[in-house]
Amino acid sequence: MTSAADSPGRRALRRLLRRGTAVFGLAVVAGVIVLALSAAWIAPYDPLQTSFSVVRKAPGSAHWFGTDEVGRDLLSRVIWGTRASLSAGVISVSIALGVGVPLGMLAGYLGGVLDAFISRITDAMLACPFLILAIALAAFLGPSLGNAMIAIGITATPIFIRLSRGQVLVVKSEDYVEAARAVGNPPHRILVRHILPNILPPVIVQATLAVATAIIAEASLSFLGLGQQPPAPSWGSMLNTAQRFLTQAPWLAVFPGAAIFVTVLAFNLLGDGLRDALDPKSQ
Amino acid sequence: MLRFLRGRLAQLVPTLFLVSVIIFLLQQLLPGDPALVMAGEERDPLVIEQIRRQYRLDRPLPMQYLYWVRGVVTGDLGESMRIKQPVADLVREKLPVTLQLASMAFVFALLIGIPAGIVSAVKKNTAWDWGANLFALWGLSTPNFWLGILLIFLFSVTLGWLPASGFVSPFEDFGRSIATTVMPAFVLGNAIAAVLMRHMRAAMLQAMSADYVRTARAKGMLERVVILRHALRNALTPVITLGALEFGTLLSGAVLTEQVFSIPGFGKLIVDAVFNRDYAVVQGVVLVTATTYILLNLLADIAYVLVNPRLRG
Repeated sequence: MTSAADSPGRRALRRLLRRGTAVFGLAVVAGVIVLALSAAWIAPYDPLQTSFSVVRKAPGSAHWFGTDEVGRDLLSRVIWGTRASLSAGVISVSIALGVGVPLGMLAGYLGGVLDAFISRITDAMLACPFLILAIALAAFLGPSLGNAMIAIGITATPIFIRLSRGQVLVVKSEDYVEAARAVGNPPHRILVRHILPNILPPVIVQATLAVATAIIAEASLSFLGLGQQPPAPSWGSMLNTAQRFLTQAPWLAVFPGAAIFVTVLAFNLLGDGLRDALDPKSQ
Repeated sequence: MLRFLRGRLAQLVPTLFLVSVIIFLLQQLLPGDPALVMAGEERDPLVIEQIRRQYRLDRPLPMQYLYWVRGVVTGDLGESMRIKQPVADLVREKLPVTLQLASMAFVFALLIGIPAGIVSAVKKNTAWDWGANLFALWGLSTPNFWLGILLIFLFSVTLGWLPASGFVSPFEDFGRSIATTVMPAFVLGNAIAAVLMRHMRAAMLQAMSADYVRTARAKGMLERVVILRHALRNALTPVITLGALEFGTLLSGAVLTEQVFSIPGFGKLIVDAVFNRDYAVVQGVVLVTATTYILLNLLADIAYVLVNPRLRG
């Protein structure tokens, strides 16, 4: 008999913690979450406070990351920028999960015309390159961080539809699902209680990797001016400004970009680690 | 093969239809009266009237779609509100620039990704392997517009070796053309190189554990010959066809790269159109990109079946 101490979840966690790169990813992700939550207390300055006496100051003891073109503290803006990036990553992936997983499960479980319809729309959406579709959606919805999240969420949805549909097709012929059906469970109960827990591992892995993609997408949209609107801090829009002052203030380009890179790298490492931990066969 | 082609083409039609519906419906996302939004801030009654006529906004939605799609099928993608030029002409003018950039980026990706994948597989679990894997992680985690800005700082601002922006056609001045595209192409190809490296590594590891490689080794062949002539030849074809799928990703990435390097291509066309509220151009660009992407997918699928006789069935 399997004891509680040796549940599949715990075994997966142990496997995850054995991988140095995954632990690094997990630690950085945790750090970024803490930064985002405690930005108000950690940031040394107000991220919107301009000061014309310290315009474009190079990194130093007063301003560790230097200041921008209107004298705002870059470190404070990078710290506050974690909020925009992380919430864009998490909220847009939540939208994609919330829409994609139920639709994919229904398509896979019920099959027939509904499956054909959902699958064709999924194919059509996947045929539009990710960023181009997100840009088009953001353009029609109007530029704002909220709309960028919706645009990224909608664009990422078909990946989750396809993944959960495929997983349901594998799981639905398993004995325990047949048994649940045989004893008269209604379809919604079978889907939620018996199928969902068994398709979760690949969905969690995909969601982690999708957060990384969504963070880059939000930074890209903000870089283009379609995401977070100035003066609110966002790593992408900070890089847009940085490009205009590359000769006079190159540090403006270094820190926001490094923040995106480290955060995305951490989510990618965590996603890779989760894949190995949740699916030992793939090793 | 014929049956496969027929099946694949039969799938293509509903996909293209749905893509066109999705792109058409984007217009419905505009808040309020689309004609008023599209007319911009001046709200010139003449312009509003022209928009209503052009998009047939007084007709029911399905009729609007039919009019739009009839134009699309005959090569009429509408007219740009700002530049007053047919969208199809703008696409014809800008697409070659992006295709040149994307092709060069793809060459970069192949030149970096394939050797890195081979070395990583052959020298598995050595410093080479870790280095190649680190490179792949770097490629997948770096936003290409950031890499572009850093390279401009290094090669244009600091060293002064390459121009920071602009585009010169190869037919005009080949040397200048290469100088203006080398940095953006590298930036664009970087992420694809990482993907190709991972595919190549996996395919090589699989090929190197195959029976024919073991037999070749058992016959006493030189390790280099075994790797290059036996393992690599079998591993390379599926990787290149899989890589062709990534070409579509390049069209997406080009949007940001063209913005950073001020290249007047397809990507810059859509971004400028977004800010000019030139919605016909946005729809046209998305439609052409999606169609190109679908056709590339089809070609990659056909190539994959052609090089894998077992799949022809």
